[in-house]
Amino acid sequence: MAITKEQLESVEERVQNIVSVYEAKEDCLLQILHDVQADNNSLSEAELIQVARAMDIPLSRVYGVATFYSMYSVRPRGKYVIRICESAPCHITGAQAVIRAFEQSLGIKMGETTEDRKFTLEYTSCLGVCGVAPAVMINEQVYGNLTPAKVQEVLATYNED
Amino acid sequence: MEFFRSHVLVCSGVNCSFKGSRSVRNALVEEIEKQGLGQEIKVVETGCFGLCEEGPVIVVYPEAVHYCRVSPGDVGEIVEEHLRKGRIVNRLLYRGEAFPKAVQTWEQIDFYSRQKRVVLRNCGLIDPDNIDEYIARDGYEALGRVLRHLEPGEVIGLIKESGLRGRGGAGFPAGLKWDFTASAPGDQKYLICNADEGEPGTFKDRLILEGDPHSVIEGMTIAAYAIGASKGYIYFRGEYNLSIDRLTQALKQAREYGLLGENIFGTGFGFDIEIKVGAGAYVCGEETALINSIEGKRGEPRYKPPYPASAGLWGKPTCVNNVETLANVPPIILNGAEWFRSIGTEKCPGTKVFTLTGNITNAGLIEVPMGITLREVIYDIGGGIPNGRKFKMAQTGGTSGGCLPGALLDVPMDIDSLAAAGSALGSGALMIMDDSHCIIDVVKCFLQFFRHESCGQCTPCREGTWRLYELVDKISRLEATMEDVELLRRLSRTMEDASLCALGQTAPFPVLTTMRFFPEEYEAHIKKGVCPAGICSAVSQTA
Repeated sequence: MAITKEQLESVEERVQNIVSVYEAKEDCLLQILHDVQADNNSLSEAELIQVARAMDIPLSRVYGVATFYSMYSVRPRGKYVIRICESAPCHITGAQAVIRAFEQSLGIKMGETTEDRKFTLEYTSCLGVCGVAPAVMINEQVYGNLTPAKVQEVLATYNED
Repeated sequence: MEFFRSHVLVCSGVNCSFKGSRSVRNALVEEIEKQGLGQEIKVVETGCFGLCEEGPVIVVYPEAVHYCRVSPGDVGEIVEEHLRKGRIVNRLLYRGEAFPKAVQTWEQIDFYSRQKRVVLRNCGLIDPDNIDEYIARDGYEALGRVLRHLEPGEVIGLIKESGLRGRGGAGFPAGLKWDFTASAPGDQKYLICNADEGEPGTFKDRLILEGDPHSVIEGMTIAAYAIGASKGYIYFRGEYNLSIDRLTQALKQAREYGLLGENIFGTGFGFDIEIKVGAGAYVCGEETALINSIEGKRGEPRYKPPYPASAGLWGKPTCVNNVETLANVPPIILNGAEWFRSIGTEKCPGTKVFTLTGNITNAGLIEVPMGITLREVIYDIGGGIPNGRKFKMAQTGGTSGGCLPGALLDVPMDIDSLAAAGSALGSGALMIMDDSHCIIDVVKCFLQFFRHESCGQCTPCREGTWRLYELVDKISRLEATMEDVELLRRLSRTMEDASLCALGQTAPFPVLTTMRFFPEEYEAHIKKGVCPAGICSAVSQTA
């Protein structure tokens, strides 16, 4: 699908502002992408093009970095990204049951986004909170010692808004 | 300076935080004010105590009374009874399985009394956001001594003499690494602190940085002086936002005190530290991948040689050290190489910080002398296996480490002994698994991790991690033959020999160690077509 001029213009100023904070330094590309992504949890094609233009580097480089690291997404994601840890310490303390509880409650599978674009379910690498495994991270917030019952409680707090 | 008759230390470590330590802290402050004790009692947020399983944990000084599982609802009673009347709130004390009688002070709890705290010396004792508290515990004295009285070569000599080995996993002698970087030709050199703690089951570096950030900053500055670096980086995982906030604050304070920046201690030596944040890639823990990531590139490992010591960040000589390695440096400078060698084993002096996870009573963070046995860690400190289950397997060194059976519980936990036993010390992750779990199922979980995290650059790892997963998945579906096991073994050897970096080289490790120590599990799935733990079945659980 071809990108339109309007799409490019709509993100131009915001991307340029972010890039200028880092003085367009190449080694700041990861941080720039973090900041660009902060608004809607994903990186659009228009945003990637504008990052490449503002930094004066090839689009392939920007795209290469954006698709290498798992915290970035070039596919649209929900307002809340639920990142579930299925590393071994979480696995043996019940992560599978937690995954099923999220999938059933939201009516989507891992890797999918709800129709209202509110929640996305993803796997994450170890969150480093294995002392309270199994754990998930919803945007910036981490939840530990989860059980299927607690999943309902956690989701209820997000369904309020 | 203000004086208080009591200090209430509230753990603000990441695990206690999720259990609500922040609201406990707020309730304490509010209740203390309400009861008019604000001038007498101070509430301090401190780093991880380690007993994460029992969190939120608070400790009341000067008595050092240790309360567990504290909720905001308990605060009224603690303030009224303990802080006002001096009566201990018995129901909140720690009760170990071996001690039905409640234990009062934290030194009395087995979990702490068997430990030796060098790296974690300040964790749980000071307010990590307050540089003065670090300084009051001899903080930055080692740096002062180094800058004023020692030549860079003497510092390297001291670290070499201490026998300090890298705590990130590889166990390379730290002094030697410094020496290589110091003697490499070049005016611009870099020091990097590797805080890209991605090994599943490991969370020591974040708790060191969150509990005592200045110990790492001081260690880095000493290392930078030794190798001749004027610029340093700390590379964090993108997921570690609390650590990043703490460190940002600590760096700011250190600069204000003149402990970072130009002309430190008036000696003319200048050094500063910049924070870099990753974005979710396990492979970036590998030092050359980490260097690429700092440069703003895809985190793919580089060919070695050249090693970073001669050509690292932007092609300049670079030394990459782990968080825990650097936190060991100030105590070694202050107490001497001989003191350090008196702890641990001959070839692995010092302590090791471990993270206990899985089916263990006291999941959390511990620091013990190198060479302590696995049995002591699991049963004396870890409190054994909960829910009346039996021990089945311990994985040392994280997901890329080896899996040990009950027969090897008396193996000493140090780099060389664990390697000789067929496993690895690695990053210090220790996952315990009880007999309700299946070896094949958990190996499949390890391999799922590796096939996801392989960066795809070299063929043995990119293809091998997927084929390993498929073969083990076949075993778990009870469809495999013994020829598949042979193929699994050959593929594992090929990956160990031919992969570019440690990710592909160590991914087969849990496969090989479980094949060696738990052959009966493989045979049951293949020859008898049954999963002894009753977890695997003909229908695959994960697609």
